[in-house]
This record gives sequence, structure tokens and C-alpha cells, in this order.
Amino acid sequence: MAAIGADEGYGHDDKPAFFARWFYSTNHKDIGTLYLIFAIFSGIIGGFLSFAMRAELAQPGIQIFHDLHTYNVFVSMHGLIMIFFMVMPAVIGGFGNWFVPLMIGAPDMAFPRMNNLSFWLLPVALICLIISFFVQGSASGNGFGGGWVMYPPLSTIGSPGPSFDFIIIGLLAAGFSSIFGAINFITTILNMRAPGMTIHKMPLFAWSVLVTAFLLLLALPVLAAALFMLMGDRVEGGTGFFDPARGGDPEMFQHLFWFFGHPEVYIMILPAFGIVSHVVSTFSKKPIFGYLGMAYAMVAIGVVGFVVWAHHMYTVGMDVNLKAYFLAATLVIAVPTGVKIFSWLATMWGGSISFSIPMQWALAFIFLFVIGGVTGVVLANAGIDTALHDTYYVVAHFHYVLSMGAVFGIFCGFTYWFGKMFGVLYNKYLAALHFWTFFVGVNIIFFPQHFLGMQGMPRRYVDYPEEFALYNEISSWGAALTGVSVIFFFVWVIEALIVRRKAPDNYWGEYANTLEWTLSSPPPYHQFNTLPVYKDEDHH
Amino acid sequence: MRLISKVALTLTSLMMSGIAMASQPKDGKIGFQEAVTPVMEELIRFHHSFVFPVIVAITIFVMALMIYIMVRFNEKANPVPSKTTHHVGLEVAWTLVPILILLVMVVPSMKLLYMQDRLPTTEMTIKVVGHTWHWEYQYPELEDKVEGFESYLLKKEDALAAGKPYLLGTDAPLVVPVDTKVKVIVTSQANLHSFSVPSFGVKMDAVPGRLNETWFQVNPGKEGTYYGQCSELCGIRHAFMPIEVKVVSKSDFHRWVNNGGSFSTNVAQANIAAPAAAPK
Repeated sequence: MAAIGADEGYGHDDKPAFFARWFYSTNHKDIGTLYLIFAIFSGIIGGFLSFAMRAELAQPGIQIFHDLHTYNVFVSMHGLIMIFFMVMPAVIGGFGNWFVPLMIGAPDMAFPRMNNLSFWLLPVALICLIISFFVQGSASGNGFGGGWVMYPPLSTIGSPGPSFDFIIIGLLAAGFSSIFGAINFITTILNMRAPGMTIHKMPLFAWSVLVTAFLLLLALPVLAAALFMLMGDRVEGGTGFFDPARGGDPEMFQHLFWFFGHPEVYIMILPAFGIVSHVVSTFSKKPIFGYLGMAYAMVAIGVVGFVVWAHHMYTVGMDVNLKAYFLAATLVIAVPTGVKIFSWLATMWGGSISFSIPMQWALAFIFLFVIGGVTGVVLANAGIDTALHDTYYVVAHFHYVLSMGAVFGIFCGFTYWFGKMFGVLYNKYLAALHFWTFFVGVNIIFFPQHFLGMQGMPRRYVDYPEEFALYNEISSWGAALTGVSVIFFFVWVIEALIVRRKAPDNYWGEYANTLEWTLSSPPPYHQFNTLPVYKDEDHH
Repeated sequence: MRLISKVALTLTSLMMSGIAMASQPKDGKIGFQEAVTPVMEELIRFHHSFVFPVIVAITIFVMALMIYIMVRFNEKANPVPSKTTHHVGLEVAWTLVPILILLVMVVPSMKLLYMQDRLPTTEMTIKVVGHTWHWEYQYPELEDKVEGFESYLLKKEDALAAGKPYLLGTDAPLVVPVDTKVKVIVTSQANLHSFSVPSFGVKMDAVPGRLNETWFQVNPGKEGTYYGQCSELCGIRHAFMPIEVKVVSKSDFHRWVNNGGSFSTNVAQANIAAPAAAPK
């Protein structure tokens, strides 16, 4: 359809009409934008659920959730929505779709129509999850209250209503969406790099998405299998995979779930690693330090991430030798993670750092990820984990790597590429207001939770002894501040979109040197009709 | 205001925490509950003397480096960036040093793990059964004297009346003798639960169809009441099935056993017959 132009798409910006453009979209940039809008929408739902939980927990006693089951529903849905419908769509669907083709010099993704399918499965999945709120879950009420981990028997005989069936269908749809996306990214990255761009010259964000895509491809089928087995167990007279009365074992589900669940953690954080690498390099005005080490550290994290799953299950009654293995294997992950942290520091060392908004997010990411990482080392020790497992210490740990790791990575990428994606610049004071309130807010939420966990407060409790009151109150004040911060986020985005300060092609300067910065802001509807030839410079 | 007074209280309790002994969670306290078994003592020793100092040192090291970098290498202080992108020695060092730290860490960690998990020759056995939503305790070796009994959460007014903390206190505590190696068999009747007593360093999932084992031995002189809470999501009343363990002297335990599971002579079976206190 599009004529083969002499240069990069100027003069044939043949955008389809609105409906065809946004609903039949096969353009990677439009699909990326749809993913980002979808992630923000899901983030509002997931965030609302968490603020409601913090409001409940601000004081001992039952404040809001007089129907106790609803609290468990909120806990479960907060986890599922934030993971499958906020973080993953943002980092992989959103930034991955937008910037992998641009960075590797490809005109689009390898399978544009499958890309469209990947996206549109997600709203269907989210609708299934939202329906699950309003239909019978168990005798206790509407919605599914078995946690995002969905352990049987609570998810089989414990939740006989249709609510959990909707969640299974929704997660299968989301899982297939991710598998299709993974196939697309792997094919694109392996086959469609610009002439001259060998895999060892590929930008680190493309590396991170490549590793992530392999993790998705290998992990999600296991989740799909586990969900199908749950479905079979739930049917009257069906299978008994996880039912001890019929020769099954509830712990088998936990193994299957965490075989998916632990790589899932890296699926969420690896693209953030990629984004942070580019931002640190751009604003230190230096090429990334130890490029190959950075790339292969991500590969190592991905590989080791598949053989440590049972550290989520130290207290289920595993054999001690098995626990010893998982203990040792888990500690190994600290090594490539340390390589990444130190390489970022070395990239900044000797640099000429400008503290732009994305750089502030990146610096905060590095420091807070270290805190989340070292508490992970504590938890890896199976002996210590006996005291901390399923307490608020774990909640604090994984929110430091997700709510501060992955989410800071998302904001880092969003503020870095906002002008490139939408062609307009934001007000940096408004964006700084968002950053600082968010930074302070999430730390106030989650740091005191370490203390709660060490004192023994279990997770997923709607009410707690008043001995835990102080830190819960502090934590809830932090949530209030974070809630205000989310409003500041929308303020700077909407302000930028209304005022429309035109973004130049490369508004970050010469060290933003990946291929997306050679294009206009926003890039032409079809780019790289003539493939760029990648020059042999230190371009990482 | 309430917050400020609490923060002040916290600081005081922090300073006192060296001597303050907790058999239950303490508001504003940082750190673990008091250890009363060798396993929990070893756990705290390993955490406090090794893991915690290491992670604090790493965090401070990274923070100090970042502050130095931000001061020394910002665009005002250092207008011309260097071009260094490789340094093999450095890259090898930051791979090997963490490996060394972890190798040193893994030894005491394994020691703690095996101490916790390998049961010594135990002197008595209790069986813990998780129900939706309360606990049941049985004494298999003593069953001709002590019947198994169920332990429910005390309602708020009953807890206050009994002088027990609400959401921790129960109508019928698990009773065990001090200075005795107790094997704990944990299972569940329907849902998953987790039997957890922080002061003992015990947390073991209750899984239907499985008998999980763990053990504890309360140190001499540590008679008292210890509390724990269900630690695996089990449904609507997950937060309302606490664990209360009453550790008594060996002679009191014999009296309790010979009295059919009661300390008082005239209210025999008091532990079993307490349906009034059971919720719903």
C-alpha cells in the first residue's frame, strides 16, 4: 500500500481513519500507545484497590471491609491486575512495541496482525477479571479471595462460584497475549535488525526485551497448564490433580505456579533494567560501562531465574536437601544483579551527569532496587525465611523491587521517551513534583513494613493486633501521599498534552544515540522505509 | 499528635529493646520477637551477626558511591565526561567479591537450615490440625489422658476480660512443657494454613493430605505464653485463627496431663468445653 519512499517516511504519512487506526491497528507505535493507555487504566484500578487496603489497615479493627471476604478479593485482584495488566503491558507491550523496532532500525514488528491480537486479548482478559468481582466466588461472597497465587484448595473447593472461572479465562487470555507478544519480539529482534547491527551491538533495551520474551515463552505455558488443571479440578466429577482425597497434591500446584511465578518477577524487572541503562548512559554523557557484561548479566538472571522457584515455598514441608539447593541457587542471582548495579555506577563514574527527570527516576531506581535486592538475599536464606515467610517483610521486599523497581523503571522510560512518543515536552517542575512525592510516598509505605514483618505480622490480614498499629499507621500515611502523587502524574501528562510544546527530534542531546533519536518526534507513521545502516561506533 | 507520641514511644522502646523481652509483638519495635528456642536464637544470631550487617554494609556502600558520583561527576563539577567503557579488573572484582561474600554466607545459613529441619530425638509429640478457621491440638502419646481440643479466637470483650491481646489470645492454648524437645506434626483438614510461632522460630504449612514435621524446645526458664498467627491465606477468617502456646514447667505439665488437660481441679475439661467463646 505505502509507496517505497526514498527516505524515512516523509510525505506518505498515510494514517488510517480513527476507528481503523486504533481498533484494527497493526502499527507498532499505535499498539504501543494503546498498551500504555491500557496500563495506566489498569494501574488506576489496581492502585484504587491498594489504597482501599491501606485505608483499612490504617487502624486496628475493621474500618471499611465489614464484609471480610471483600478484603481478600481486593488483595488478590490488586496483585493480579498490577502484574498482568499494569506492569507487563507497560514495559513489554508499551515500551517494547514502541522502541524495540525503532532501536533496531526495523519498520515494524515482524507480525503486525498478531501484535494487534496480543493487545486486544488484554482488554478481554481485564473485562473477565472485572466481571469476577461481581459474581459469586464462594459462600462468603462475590469475587475471588484466594490471593494472586491462586493456591488450591482455596481456588478449587474453596471458591466454587463462577468468579474464579472468569479469572482463569482472563489469565489464559492474558497469557496467550503475552506468548504471542513474545513470539513477535523474538522474531523481530532476531531477524529484523538494521544492516550492521549485530546482536552484540544491539541496544540494551532490545536485549532486555529479548531475554524477557524468552522467559515469557517458557514460563507462561506452565501457568496455562496449571490453570487448565485447576479448571479440571473445579469441575464436579472432574480431575483431582491437586486434591489429596483423589491422589493429588496441593503442593504440586505451588511448584507449577512458581515455576512460572519466579521468571515472572524477572519478566517485570528486566525491561526496566534496559530502560535504566539507556537513561543512565544518556545523562552521564558516557557509553554504557561493560556492555557485554550488562547484556549477559540479564541472560544469566533469566537462566538462573528458572531454577530457583521453590524459594517461595520454604515452609511447605519440602525435603531439607531440596531447600538447601534452592537456598544456594537463589543466592547465585545476587551476582549478575550486582554486576548490573555496579556497571550502572561505573557508567556514571567519570560522567558529566545532568539530573533530568528520567535520570532522577533512574537514580532512585538503582538505590531502591538495591534495598529490595538485599532483603531478597535475607529471604533467600531458608532458615531466616522461616521467620519471615508470609509476613510483611516479604511484602516490603517485593514492593521494593516492583513498586519501586519496575514502576520506577516505567516512569523512567515514560519521562525519557514522552517527547519522542507524543511529540510534546512536559513541564519539568510538575514532573519533579510527581517524582519527589512518589519517591517519599512509596518509601513511607514500604520501609516500615520490614519492621512489621520482623515482628511477625502475617500478610493478607484484614485486621491485626494493636501491637502492630504504629507502622501500619505510618504506612497508610505514605499511601495517602502516594495517592496525591498519582494525581501529580496526571497533572503533568495532561498539561503537556494541552500546552503542546513541540519536542525536537533529539531533545536529550548527542548521548541519546540509539536509532529512535534519528527520527522526528513523534516518529513518522512508517519509519525506516530505507533501512538505516548501523555504523560501527560504540553506540550502546 | 497520636503519631508523634507514638514515635517518641518507639524511640524509647528502641533504646530499651536490648532488655525488653517480648513474648508477643510489641508496637513500634524493630526486629524479631524474643527468641525462646535454640533454633530461633540461632536464627537471630545468624541474621544479626552476619546477614544484616552485610546487607547494611552493601546498601551504605552503594549509597555512598552514588552520593560521591552525584557530587563529583555532575555536569558542573565535571563538564567533560570520560570515555571509559571497560575495565576488566573492575568487572572481575565486582563479580568475584559478591561470590565470596555469598560463599561465606552459605555455610552458617546451611547450618541453621539443617538445625531447623533435622529433627533431634524428640521427647513428645503434638499434632496440630488446621481447620477453617481455628486450630485443633492433639497429644497422640497422651491421648488416654488428654483429649484433643479445639482452640478458637477470643472475642474482643472476652480477650480483654482474660487479659489476653485481642486477635492473639485464644480460649484454649496449646500447652507444652519447658525444656522438652517437642515434635510438631502439622496437617490440615481442608484448606492450607500455616502454623507459626515467631518466638520459637517455627512456621510450617498445614497441608491437607500431608503430615509436615517440625520441632521446638523452649529454653529453661522461659515459661510463659507465646503467640502466633495463621500464616497462609485460608479464606475469610484467615486473620482470626491465632495460635496461643502456654509453656509451663515440667511438673505443671504433668499435673495438667493427669488432670485431663486442665490446670484447675474443679473445672476439669475447661479447655474443651468453651463453645461460648467460639465465634459463630
